[in-house]
Amino acid sequence: MGEYTDMKKALVTIAFGLTASLFATAASAQATLNSVKQKGFLTCGSNTGLAGFGVPDAQGNWTGLDVEFCRAIAAAIFDDPTKVRFIPLAAKDRFTALQSGEVDVLSRNSTATMSRETQLGLDFPAVNYFDGQGFMVRKKLGVSSAKELNGASICTQQGTTTELNLADYFRANNMKYEVVAFATSDETFKAYDSGRCDAFTTDASGLYAERLRASAPDDHIVLPEIISKEPLAPAVRHGDNQWGDIVKFTHMAMLNAEELGVTKANVEQMKTADNPEIKRLLGTEGKFGEAVGLTNDWAVRIIKHVGNYGESFERNIGEGSRLKIKRGQNALWTKGGLQYGIPVR
Amino acid sequence: MSAAVDMSRFVRSEKVEALPPPNLARGPIAWVRENLFSGPFNTILTLAVLYLLYVIIPPIVDFLFINAVWTGSDRDACRAETAGHPVGACWAFVIDKINYFVYGSYPGAERWRVDGFFILLAVGVAWLLWLRAPRRDLGAVYFFWLFPVLSYILLTGGNMDLGGRFWLGFLAVGLLFVAVMGLAAYLLKASIRSAVIIGAVILAVIGLTLGLVDIDWGLDHVPTSLWGGILVTLLVATVGIVFSLPFGVLLALGRRSRLPIVRMGSVIFIEFVRGVPLITVLIMANTMLPLFLPGDMTVDRLARPLIGVAFFASAYMAEVVRGGLQAMPKGQYEGAMSLGLNYPQMMIFIILPQALRIVIPGIVNTFIGLFKDTSLVAIVGIFDLIKTIEASRIDPEWAAPTISYTGYAFAALFYFIFCWGMSRYSLGVERRLAAGQNR
Amino acid sequence: MSAVQTTVSQASPPKRSFLYDPNIRGYFYQGLLVFVVSYLFYMAATNAVENLQRAKIASGFGFLENTAGFDISQTLIQFSAAGSNYGEAFVVGLLNTLVVSAIGIFFATFLGFAIGIARLSSNWMVRKVAMVYVELLRNIPLLLQLLFWYIAVLGPLPQPRNSVEMGAGFFLNSRGLFMPRPLYASDAWVIPTALLIGIVGTIVFRRWARAQQESTGRQYPVGLVTLGLVVGLPVVAWLVLALVGANPVTFEMPEKGTFNLRGGMQILPEFVALLVGLTTYTAAFIAEVVRAGILAVSKGQTEASGSLGLKPGQTLRLVVIPQAMRVIVPPLTSQYLNLTKNSSLAVAIGYPDLVQVFMGTVLNQTGQAIEVVVITMGVYLTISLVTSFVMNVYNRRVAIVER
Repeated sequence: MGEYTDMKKALVTIAFGLTASLFATAASAQATLNSVKQKGFLTCGSNTGLAGFGVPDAQGNWTGLDVEFCRAIAAAIFDDPTKVRFIPLAAKDRFTALQSGEVDVLSRNSTATMSRETQLGLDFPAVNYFDGQGFMVRKKLGVSSAKELNGASICTQQGTTTELNLADYFRANNMKYEVVAFATSDETFKAYDSGRCDAFTTDASGLYAERLRASAPDDHIVLPEIISKEPLAPAVRHGDNQWGDIVKFTHMAMLNAEELGVTKANVEQMKTADNPEIKRLLGTEGKFGEAVGLTNDWAVRIIKHVGNYGESFERNIGEGSRLKIKRGQNALWTKGGLQYGIPVR
Repeated sequence: MSAAVDMSRFVRSEKVEALPPPNLARGPIAWVRENLFSGPFNTILTLAVLYLLYVIIPPIVDFLFINAVWTGSDRDACRAETAGHPVGACWAFVIDKINYFVYGSYPGAERWRVDGFFILLAVGVAWLLWLRAPRRDLGAVYFFWLFPVLSYILLTGGNMDLGGRFWLGFLAVGLLFVAVMGLAAYLLKASIRSAVIIGAVILAVIGLTLGLVDIDWGLDHVPTSLWGGILVTLLVATVGIVFSLPFGVLLALGRRSRLPIVRMGSVIFIEFVRGVPLITVLIMANTMLPLFLPGDMTVDRLARPLIGVAFFASAYMAEVVRGGLQAMPKGQYEGAMSLGLNYPQMMIFIILPQALRIVIPGIVNTFIGLFKDTSLVAIVGIFDLIKTIEASRIDPEWAAPTISYTGYAFAALFYFIFCWGMSRYSLGVERRLAAGQNR
Repeated sequence: MSAVQTTVSQASPPKRSFLYDPNIRGYFYQGLLVFVVSYLFYMAATNAVENLQRAKIASGFGFLENTAGFDISQTLIQFSAAGSNYGEAFVVGLLNTLVVSAIGIFFATFLGFAIGIARLSSNWMVRKVAMVYVELLRNIPLLLQLLFWYIAVLGPLPQPRNSVEMGAGFFLNSRGLFMPRPLYASDAWVIPTALLIGIVGTIVFRRWARAQQESTGRQYPVGLVTLGLVVGLPVVAWLVLALVGANPVTFEMPEKGTFNLRGGMQILPEFVALLVGLTTYTAAFIAEVVRAGILAVSKGQTEASGSLGLKPGQTLRLVVIPQAMRVIVPPLTSQYLNLTKNSSLAVAIGYPDLVQVFMGTVLNQTGQAIEVVVITMGVYLTISLVTSFVMNVYNRRVAIVER
């Protein structure tokens, strides 16, 4: 008996394949900009929830610096910042999601590194937040420097550069520690908060964001040492230079706008300004937008809907937010920071 | 050996005094004496258990009910220092978050669609599990075809927008398929007409399915990244059962097939899947599935663990069904053959209806296991009930000492009610089936 | 199927199309199956190769020799971020899985048998409590139970500075359980030797006692003698050595350091939570297996042994359990396998088992999903295949004993 089962099995396999393909969505091999225009929305890989950078509320509305960056891209393309679908990605899934075309851009506090560019086939067009890894401890431990952490147990997230930097730092300083690694940032922080570890380590921005979630935020301090360079940048796939340019100049437009004093509120009046730099930025002079496949008022759209870099920063993570992170390295170059907008010219 | 034993040793020489009659053979006191204090050992045991219960039960009752907080809108209600009394379970937290626990981030205005899914599911389950329900054959069609299609449309919004080119291609392939069926029938000198009809029916069912999900029903698209909570938990379990039953039956038949390659294939699949933990299957589905598809295809994040669970459950279901097939008396097979039925007819009309009936308890037990295992999708980042609780538990608005306990107690209650209910059902069926056997 | 056709062919000999030959049909269908499956595999493989090349992910098992660069909290072998490679990380994870499984199996067996027997106790109270235990634990997901043990039970333990002092150098705090670490002197070999002698002596004595009982009916205090030989002998050896002045074992006591207790042995809370969760959960299933096994022994056996004058304990130990074992062992083994597989849930509470270390950190650091998944699944598959093989051998042996 059983001659027919294999026949059926073949049919089932085909049927199963069909069902699977019901769920599958074809991401295109064509130019990303065209496929985004065709879909009518941008898919943006975002954090699963990091206050100030990318976090959904209970209704699924996303807010944060990285989220607004995606909204800025959508505004530049569609003149509508809501045409974005956010796909929350865990640290370990983020790059495969980008590589496989599931997301068009990854704006999820990811560190730009050489190996990620060269080995994973990614591009990090512009750094939108200069960060570094730091430590948070309880105030009552009386620790004031990371150098005093010899013998501490430290909570970290597994599979991140954080975990590797941590090992390097303690080895370089000839200190001992006990590592407790968890799969997600939620578990990691909750373990620290409940007292499993003496210190919690991640990017300094993340420390400020997570501290808000502590049961008593004021009991914790961030130690001054920054043990690594973490230039956080949006990422795109290698090879589509037009798309890379759009992402890069979305950030540059926001920087230039801040530098030139163009804000969400005054962008319409600024169109009539005499300053040639402002004219080029806002598209009243030259055809810079069309050159990357957008309209010439692309920057106006970004600023009108999202605002300039400074506004976005203040609103999400700066003094206007609960995180209260200082501009520091992320101030404009004119104010002693590292954010330097390439001129639109 | 017996030679070595001196039998006389065991013979009592003197008469034993008759024991006094039991003074109380009935009534509660006798029951207590009989069941709780029959001898020093049992008395100690009873007292020990009583003490244990005394230690365990009152704090639990205190925590769950007496000291519990039922109303409140943020953490102040559930902190002893602000509430002014010892605080047990913070049910206000569950009540506040209940929508999130049930629907995840599913948009508020569209949540009636999720309710619709729950109702459709309840109808299907009741139809199949209630042994005396009318037309259970239609119930099967409903549960394994109509219900999944409707749920898909309801939950995602349908409107796949396949496009005219797809339908042209579908029609061409379909006609080719019917033609091949007819040709095969001609070659086998079988009835061409019935072959063509069967082909057309298969084609029509697939076409209808695709058509239904293709139509724009006017529902907004809701991306799966917004789904969560009990919705996802039930969805994973449902997909598991809907796929694993038919697939498991096929695998079980394959394992008992006399064709060596089919048998080998089935055995390898079943033993492989049963030999590894579900979590590795889920991680595999999550990381490797995208690698195996062509570069321009991606699989939805929620669909990946669903596929993993479907495979996993199929292997376990196959073993249950195989048990049923093996329990069928040989006479049933021989009787079917002597009627001139071919293999599919024999299986569909004679063997499987009986075999599946025997293994209903086994199927339900497998399903209980599957239902509990759905919690593992939380580990690969899917927002099921446990993950939504984990996410809410760290909400600073509700940061209070008993929040974690409350969340877990809620989840435990949910799973317990479902699993325990199903196991009661399975026991009931088992008893009924056993009664049927005692003729 | 064949039955029908044989009758037909007997009635009207060979004049029949080869298309109706069940053998040929069989070949055809199997060929089709092989074709479809190989095609799917081929597609998957080519896609994978293409995708990997595009993503610039290396392939092959060479990555096992790359430096790990990360640390692990519980390591049974020497492991350091700088000096060890991914291959050693794999071994660490595997050992951690095996350790927690082995200890879990040990305790779950005891607890499971106790509860299984309790479910059949003549004491109503014991019976009901055992039933509630089984129903409660079987019907709640293990993941939830692990989170409960880890976060709700072990989480609120005090900070190291306020450690609970349990005496004799034992401390309990949120970093785990601390205990004195034994340091062995050069003549410590005497103690394991004494233990070995004790075990051998026990075996010899048990054989002798059994032979005596079979021939004369006389019983000896086997349990006491076993205890004396296995536990007493090493203790005596130790004491003698200590009296002589050559103390074989000294203890390093945990002391309070800046952050945590220093020195001594530390058992991680993750380990404890996983162990307790696995043990209590699996014990509920083992209890059901044991109960079914005991119920499978016919009541006549119990009555017969009672009428022979055996006490209830003896009846259980000498008559019921040996017969029940035949029914119990196969499902018991599959529970052991389940426990081992379930230990992979460690990933949810941060215990560095095989899945957490290898499928978590190593997979993320290298991106070599296929190799890592294949190795990990291979390990679990090997464990379960070897166990089934041993089970089959055991079953065959038991089946011969059956009369």
